[in-house]
Amino acid sequence: MKRADDIKASKLDWLTILIVVALALAGWLNIYAVVYDSQLDQNIFDLSLNSGKQLLWFGFSIMVVSLIMILDIRFFDSFSYAIYGLVVLLLISVLVFGTVVSGSKSWFELGFVRFQPAEFAKFATALAVAKFLSKPQIKLDNFKVWGILGFIVSIPATLIILQGDTGSALVFGAFILVFYREGLSPLLVLTGIIAVALFVLTLLFGQLYLIVGISAVALILIIIGKRTKKRISAILAIAGLTLGVVMSVGYVVNNVLQPHQQNRVKAFINPEADPLGYGYNVTQSKIAIGSGGLFGKGFLEGTQTKFDFVPEQSTDFIFCTIGEEHGWLGSLILISLFVILLLRIIFIAERQKSNFSRVYGYCVAGILFFHFTVNIGMTIGLFPVIGIPLPFFSYGGSSLLAFSILIFILLKMDAHRMQVLIH
Amino acid sequence: MKDNRSNIIRFTFIVIGAIFIIKLFFIQVLDKSYQLAAENNVMRRLIEYPYRGIIYDRNNRLIVYNKPVYDLMVVPREVAIHDTVDFCRQLGISKDEFKEKISRAKSYSWYRPSIFLKQFSNEDFASMQDLLVDYSGFYIVPRTVRAYPYHGMANAFGYIGEISKYRLDRDTSRYYRQGDYIGISGLESNYEVSLRGKRGVRYSMVNVRGLEKGAFKNGRLDTLPQIGENLISTIDIELQEYGETLMEGKVGSVIAIEPSTGEILSFVSAPTYNPNLLTGRGYSEYFNVLSKDSLKPLYNRPLMAQYRPGSIFKIIQALVALQEGVITEGTRLRCNRAIIACHGSHSYENLQGAITNSCNPYFVQVSRKMINQGISEDTYEDTRIGLEKWRAHVASFGFGSPIGIDLPNEKGGMIPNVSYYDNAYQSKNWKFSNIQSISIGEGENLVVPLQMANLAAIVANRGFYIKPHLIKAIGEHDGPLPEYQVKHYTTVNSKFFDVAVEAMAEVVRSGTGQYRAKLSDIEVCGKTGTVQNKNTPDHSVFIAFAPKDNPKIALSVYVEHGGQGARAGAAIAGLMIERYLKGCTDRSHMEEYVLNGEFLY
Repeated sequence: MKRADDIKASKLDWLTILIVVALALAGWLNIYAVVYDSQLDQNIFDLSLNSGKQLLWFGFSIMVVSLIMILDIRFFDSFSYAIYGLVVLLLISVLVFGTVVSGSKSWFELGFVRFQPAEFAKFATALAVAKFLSKPQIKLDNFKVWGILGFIVSIPATLIILQGDTGSALVFGAFILVFYREGLSPLLVLTGIIAVALFVLTLLFGQLYLIVGISAVALILIIIGKRTKKRISAILAIAGLTLGVVMSVGYVVNNVLQPHQQNRVKAFINPEADPLGYGYNVTQSKIAIGSGGLFGKGFLEGTQTKFDFVPEQSTDFIFCTIGEEHGWLGSLILISLFVILLLRIIFIAERQKSNFSRVYGYCVAGILFFHFTVNIGMTIGLFPVIGIPLPFFSYGGSSLLAFSILIFILLKMDAHRMQVLIH
Repeated sequence: MKDNRSNIIRFTFIVIGAIFIIKLFFIQVLDKSYQLAAENNVMRRLIEYPYRGIIYDRNNRLIVYNKPVYDLMVVPREVAIHDTVDFCRQLGISKDEFKEKISRAKSYSWYRPSIFLKQFSNEDFASMQDLLVDYSGFYIVPRTVRAYPYHGMANAFGYIGEISKYRLDRDTSRYYRQGDYIGISGLESNYEVSLRGKRGVRYSMVNVRGLEKGAFKNGRLDTLPQIGENLISTIDIELQEYGETLMEGKVGSVIAIEPSTGEILSFVSAPTYNPNLLTGRGYSEYFNVLSKDSLKPLYNRPLMAQYRPGSIFKIIQALVALQEGVITEGTRLRCNRAIIACHGSHSYENLQGAITNSCNPYFVQVSRKMINQGISEDTYEDTRIGLEKWRAHVASFGFGSPIGIDLPNEKGGMIPNVSYYDNAYQSKNWKFSNIQSISIGEGENLVVPLQMANLAAIVANRGFYIKPHLIKAIGEHDGPLPEYQVKHYTTVNSKFFDVAVEAMAEVVRSGTGQYRAKLSDIEVCGKTGTVQNKNTPDHSVFIAFAPKDNPKIALSVYVEHGGQGARAGAAIAGLMIERYLKGCTDRSHMEEYVLNGEFLY
C-alpha cells in the first residue's frame, strides 16, 4: 500500500526540465556567439556583454522557479483570476507609465532593470482560461462561452496592441489550439484557417484573380449540382463570404496595418523585390542560415550574424546563429528538441487528473508552439516577420523569466497531479 | 474524440517541425547560392600596391625613387570639428571646399574612409599631425610618389599617372583596375611591367558598416605584393645635368652614346622641365602649364623632332659609294659649282677632302655614279634600281625607320624610296637630276637626333651599332634586354670606314670643327651639319665621337636656329666630350659662349 506522501508528491518531469535547461544553455552560447569579436578579449561571463546579463537572468529565473516550487499547489487555482487581473492592471499602467523602446510603449523601467508585462500576460491569461474552462458545466458549444473566452483573451491582446507590440498580441491566437482540444467545433478552426489562407492567397496572386476564380467555382457548382433553392443559396452565401474576405485584404493591408507591418507582409510575399529595403531582414536572415551548410561554420565562426548583417541577431533572429554556425544538423537538433518538448507537454497535459491543469498544459503547449513556429518560420521566410522571441533561447530577461514561470507552473501541477484525488 | 484531437495536435507539431527541417535542408544543404551571398557580404578585396622599382644611373647614383606622401582621409561618422574656420585655415582650404569635400565623403560612405586631401608632403605631415589632435575623424594614410634627386631628363623618365579609361579598355592582360597608376610615358611606360612589381591581394572580412573584422579564411587566399624591379640606367646623370645646363635657353637635343655598347650616356631634350613637378598634388596644374608652353617642353625632341640630315649625310654617301665600288678613296672630282652651290675655297678634292670641306658638287656627282650604275639601259629604270640599292644601304645605318630605343613614341624619319617619288611625280618618269638634293642630305630625307647620334657611333665602331638604349640592367638580371646586345652591321664593309674617320678627325683638326670642338689632349672626330630653314635661322647640328681610337663617346647635338653647325653644335659637343672623358672642363670661355649665346629664335 502506497503512503499518502508518495501519492501527493510525484516527481517533477525531469525530461522537460532537461530540455528547457539544454535550450537555455544553447541559447546562452549563441548569445555569446553573436557578440563575440575575435579582435577583442572577451569573456562569456562578462556582465557588460549580453551573455553575461543573460546569466544574471538565469539566476533570477531559478529563484522565481524555486518560489513556484514551494508555493502550495492550490495557489494557482485559487488566484488565477487575481493574477490575471493584476497583469491586466500592469498592462494598463504600462500604457501610462511605460518607457518607449524601439517604438513600443511596453516596458517598465526599474532602475537598471527593464521588464515587459506583455510577457507575463501569457501565463496569466493561460491561468484564467484554464480556470474558466475547468468548470465541469462549461461546454464550448455556445456563443456565451465563446464570448467569455474571447473576452479573457482579447483584453490583454488589445492592451498589448495598444502598446504597439502587435507581435506579442498575435501570440494570443495560440489559445485556438486549447479551445480546439476542449471541444470547439473544428469547422470554426477550419474557417479561421481558410480565412487566413485566403488572405495570403490574395496577397500572393492579387484580388482580381481570386474574385474571378471564386465566382467561377461557385457558378460551376451551381450548374453541375442539383439546383435546389437551399443548395444554391448556400453556395451563394459561402461565395459571398469568401469574396468579402478577399476584398477586405486590400483594405486591411492599407488601412489597418501600419507601414512597417505592410512592409513585412510585402517582404513575406516577395523578399527579392527589394532586398535592401523591406526585404532586407528576410534576405539577410536566409543568407546567414543558408550559408551554414550541413555542419555549419563552427562555434564563434559565423560572420553574417556577428557582423550585423542580420538585424536583431540575439533576440528575434537568434535562430540565424544556429543555422550559420551549426548548420543543418544543429538546426535539426534544435527543432527536434522543441518538437519533443511540445509533445512532452501534451503528454503531461493529457495525464492530468484535473481539467484546470490539463487546459493549462494545452495553453503552455499552444503558446510555445506559436513562438516556435512563427520565430523559426520567419527566419527562413515561411512566415512574415513578427517580432517574437524563441522561447528559452533568445536574449531577453522578461521573456526567459515568463517562459520559465509558464512551464514550471505546469511542472508543479504535474508533480501534484495525484493530489486532486485526495481532496 | 478528445484523444483524436490530441493526436491531431501532436501531428501538427511534428508536421511543422518536419516542414522546417525540410525547408532548412533546401536552403542550407542543397542551395549553394546562400554561401556565395554570405561571402559577398563579408568579403572585401584589398589591393596592396608594391613599391615601384627605382632607377640608378650608370655610376649607381639614385635618379628615380619613391617619396612618401600622405593622404588625409576622413570618416564622416567620426568627424568632430569645433572650429571650422580654424580647421580650414590650417589646411589652407576655403570653407566651400571643405563643405564640398565633406559632402562628397558622406555620399560615398559614413563609415568608410575616403580621401579628403591628396598627397601632402613630408613637411606638411608634422603640422597635419598636430591638427589631428584637435579634430577627430581624420586619418593620415601614407603612399608614395615618384621623386627625382637630379632635376633632369624628364622626357626620358616620363611620368606615371592614373590609368586612362582608354588604356583600361585595351588592357588585354587584365592586370589594371580603375584608379591604378601606370607609366604613361618614357621609361616609366616602357619598363612598366618590370617597375610595377606584382600587386598583392588581401581578403578581409568586414561588418555591415564596412569596418574591417580580420582576415577572410585566415588569409589563405591572400597574395603578397612583390616589389618592382630596380633598373640601372646607362645614363651618366652628371653628364646629363651638364648637357641640360649647356642647353639652357635653347631648343634642341644632345644625345651621347657609348659606341661599343649602345648605352646612352646623356639624353637631353631642351627645353625640359623639373620632373618632380609632375608628381603629387601639382600634377594636373603643372601639366597644363607645360602642355601650353609654346616651346613644347613635353616634346621628346631626341626621338620625335625630325630634321633634314644636312651635310652630315655626306659621310653615309661616301661610305655607300665606296661599298658599291663607284669611287675609291683616291677619287678626285671637281667642285663644279654649276651643278650645285658650295662653300669654302677648294676645287679638286679627294674623298676625305670632300667630306672635310663638305663639298656639295662632289657628293652630287658621287651619288649620280652610285644611283645610275648603268645596270639598265633605260635611265628611268636604272635610277629606280639605284635608288632602292642606295636606300637599302642607308637603312642599314638605322635611318628611315625607328631604331628601337627603349622609349615610346620614337619617330623613324624618312628615306625616300621609289614609290615615294612615283607618288610625288605622279609618274615613273623621274631621274637622278630630279632627286639629286638627297645626295647632300637635303631634299626628302628626314632623321631624328637619335639616328644621328647612332651614326656617330657607327663610324666610331667602324661599321656596326648596338641599338641605343637607356637601361642596362633590370632587377637581378645583369645586362640589358637581349635586343640591346646584338651588333647590327651596316652593309658597308668596315675597311671603308677609315676614310670617314680620318675625314671627321680632319674636320676637328683643321676644318669647321677646329674652333669649338677641338680638345688639346683628346682627338675628337666630328662633322658639322647646317640644316637650312626657309625663313628662320639654320639649325646648328654637330655629330662627333672621341677619342678617335677606341672611342668612348659618340654624340649628336641639335640646336634649333643655332646657326651653323660649327657654332653652338660643335661647342656643346666639344664640352660634352671633354666633360665625359676628363670629368671636368677647363674651357670656361667656351662654356660662356654656349651659355650666353643667343640661340633661341
